[in-house]
Amino acid sequence: MTTASSADNPTRRDFLFVATGAAAAVGTVLTAWPFIHQMNPDASTIAAGAPIEVDLTPIAEGQDIKVFWRGKPIYISHRTQKQIEEARSVPVATLPDPQSDESRVKSGHEQWLVVIGICTHLGCIPIAHEGNYDGFFCPCHGSQYDSSGRIRQGPAPANLVVPPYQFVSDSKIQIG
Amino acid sequence: MSGPSDYQPSHPVLKWIERRLPIFGFMHSSFVAYPTPRNLNYWWTFGAILSFMLAVQIVTGVVLAMHYTPNADLAFHSVEGIVRDVNYGWLLRNMHAAGASMFFFAVYVHMFRGLYYGSYKEPREVLWILGVIIYLLMMATGFMGYVLPWGQMSFWGATVITNLFSAIPFFGDTIVTWLWGGYSVGNPTLNRFFSLHYLLPFVIAGVVVLHVWALHVAGQNNPAGVEPKTEKDTVPFTPYATIKDMFGVTCFAILFAWFIFYMPNYLGDADNYIPANPGVTPAHIVPEWYYLPFYAILRSIPNKLAGVVAMFSSILVLVFLPWLDSAKTRSCRYRPLAKQFFWIFVVVCILLGYLGAQPPEGVYVVAARVLTVYYFAYFLILMPLLSRIERPRPVPNSIADDVLARTGSKATPMVSTVIALVVGGALLAGSVQNARAAEETTPPRNQWSFAGPFGKYDRGALQRGLKIYKEVCSNCHALSYVAFRNLADPGGPGYSQAQVAALAAEYKIKDGPNDQGDMFERPGRPADYFPSPFPNEQAARAANGGAAPPDLSLITKARSYERGFPWFIFDFFTQYQEQGPDYVAAILQGFEENPPAGVTIPEGSYYNKYFPGHAIKMPPPLSDGQVTFDDGSPATLPQYAKDVTTFLMWAAEPHMEARKHLGMQVFVFLIIFAGLMYFTKKKVWSAVH
Repeated sequence: MTTASSADNPTRRDFLFVATGAAAAVGTVLTAWPFIHQMNPDASTIAAGAPIEVDLTPIAEGQDIKVFWRGKPIYISHRTQKQIEEARSVPVATLPDPQSDESRVKSGHEQWLVVIGICTHLGCIPIAHEGNYDGFFCPCHGSQYDSSGRIRQGPAPANLVVPPYQFVSDSKIQIG
Repeated sequence: MSGPSDYQPSHPVLKWIERRLPIFGFMHSSFVAYPTPRNLNYWWTFGAILSFMLAVQIVTGVVLAMHYTPNADLAFHSVEGIVRDVNYGWLLRNMHAAGASMFFFAVYVHMFRGLYYGSYKEPREVLWILGVIIYLLMMATGFMGYVLPWGQMSFWGATVITNLFSAIPFFGDTIVTWLWGGYSVGNPTLNRFFSLHYLLPFVIAGVVVLHVWALHVAGQNNPAGVEPKTEKDTVPFTPYATIKDMFGVTCFAILFAWFIFYMPNYLGDADNYIPANPGVTPAHIVPEWYYLPFYAILRSIPNKLAGVVAMFSSILVLVFLPWLDSAKTRSCRYRPLAKQFFWIFVVVCILLGYLGAQPPEGVYVVAARVLTVYYFAYFLILMPLLSRIERPRPVPNSIADDVLARTGSKATPMVSTVIALVVGGALLAGSVQNARAAEETTPPRNQWSFAGPFGKYDRGALQRGLKIYKEVCSNCHALSYVAFRNLADPGGPGYSQAQVAALAAEYKIKDGPNDQGDMFERPGRPADYFPSPFPNEQAARAANGGAAPPDLSLITKARSYERGFPWFIFDFFTQYQEQGPDYVAAILQGFEENPPAGVTIPEGSYYNKYFPGHAIKMPPPLSDGQVTFDDGSPATLPQYAKDVTTFLMWAAEPHMEARKHLGMQVFVFLIIFAGLMYFTKKKVWSAVH
């Protein structure tokens, strides 16, 4: 790679090479973006993940149902008074993942517990109305949750996640 | 392989690897130090262009395969899902479809270069034959890829080509059944074509490795056809050929971008926007442009088996070229007779391609036969004859001498041949368009707001068109690929999310089953699609005198018609591609109370000036005053036709504005980058010139 006469401006040639190299690099990155972004959820998947409304009237006290939103199972529990008191009588500081029951339900609707039914350990679906705490029991590795969906014993590190939801009326909630 | 390299990397880690797997030395000797003839012209950049295109097709193909469903009931829908919903899905699909055509365009240039300069001659015979193998694999891959969208042309093209094998005596029908996996082209066929279409490009890549290996053993040919003798004849591959190839690739990318962003349907067939229907054969079955010359050869022989043999022979004859042409002089530059016959051959190939798209009638058949004879005569008679009788001109002593003798006159032949080839290519590609040129009255041309490189949808027209669809067309026609949420997307009618939710809620959507096992109705949601007026096709037919009203989601793309020669050449440059919308608008306004004298319309049909055959089952759907607009636009038939057609164009291509916008950015970038590459190339080569 010989240069002819270098008596004149070596910097002009360098500028050209740097400019071309920079343009090539920028072009490559900009071209790569669509190929990466196409793997993100497409418009129909996002639309299918829109908020859903659930009617609470068929759920009797002590009963719970499972609905699916964005592919995840969500437990909606109609808690008994006993379950609510049990949940509130625990000192929060003793919990592995300290969280008060009040912060996990909506005020004025304390009997309704809405949690994502995915164990925070490795993702199995815990079974409702099982375990020592009148809550959930995960059969995979033995994690036990209480009647507020909080982890009490077992390998799971965190409480069952509460999804975003609100009451559109006393008997209907919108999840998402 | 080749190349004078005792390359040793300096970094200790690289040295460690090099001792165990000498890959750096290999890369260096093959692609850095590798001696390249210094007199190569730009026809030699097409090897790099082809490698680039193979990579593009593989990358876009793998990514598309993440979203495509290879099932006969779902394939068409999944392709529309890619184009409408996947992020940049429209771009990936356009790249892959246009990429196939660009891949073939480049391979034909590459092959003609080989023919002209004698690159198939000793010692490059195996290199040439490997190239023929790659070409055959490309044809198989392209054929199977075209079947995957499962449109009308996909299905019927598959039927015709697989039926070719029934010409084989005794085993023909067994082989065809084996290919189909059934009694006709169907789901098993589609599934296996998808598997093979994914596989073959990697087989091509493997044969390309062999091809480059064979090339490196012999070294590149060059325009003088004289082998390198001294070091003065060659330059190291990097940076000279590398930079020149990058410049070639960039210029090629500009042509590629023209198709991707501004003419995405120019090279395709409108019928492939109609889902495959095993009960209806399209009026003209035409393969993609790159198969047309062979299609013409096939059809020109009146015997079924002979036609198939002739078609395959026309490719296989290439394998024998090194032995058919035994002339000592390599390059046609120094073979005055061979050169002329070569250019006649090029014209013959282009004309055969044009004829492949014409209906097999009258003068077209005669012409195809004559040209087929020339095609074979060129290889089987002319080449051997010329080897014996031609007196070639003296070749230069060496490559270095050739470079010194030619300094200054290199640019012009390249430019003029490029222009000739682009025109020829456009002729060939556009001739697909001629298959269905005006048998009926041509629809009048309209001014569309979305036409041209800066076209946009007129929001008002889209909203008025939606109103017309809702009040009139939706009684019989579905719009099942459009969801209510699309009405709020950018580049569309521009409704807000709240307006879309309200509009959706007006509709009753069938859902279920509920916990009792019953289907029920609920108000529509933005994620729902426009409901079909009929539960199934049979109900649609029964309610409309036997003719099912087509779904309108893709109608403006499915009804594009071909304009004959020479208009399709002008259209390539003017970007005219609104034939479909012109047709739809014409149909809506083309009803006449009284058919012209001598024309009888069957009972239950209506006379329409622009409908093929003039007898349409749809009664005139629109008339003045039928729909009133809130914005005060005139309540006239021409206004309705314009607005609903604009709306339907948006329904067929919701991302058109994004496509044109990104296209402008890409073009600006590519032109600037091409300029930078040009000056870089000149700077790098200034040391040698």
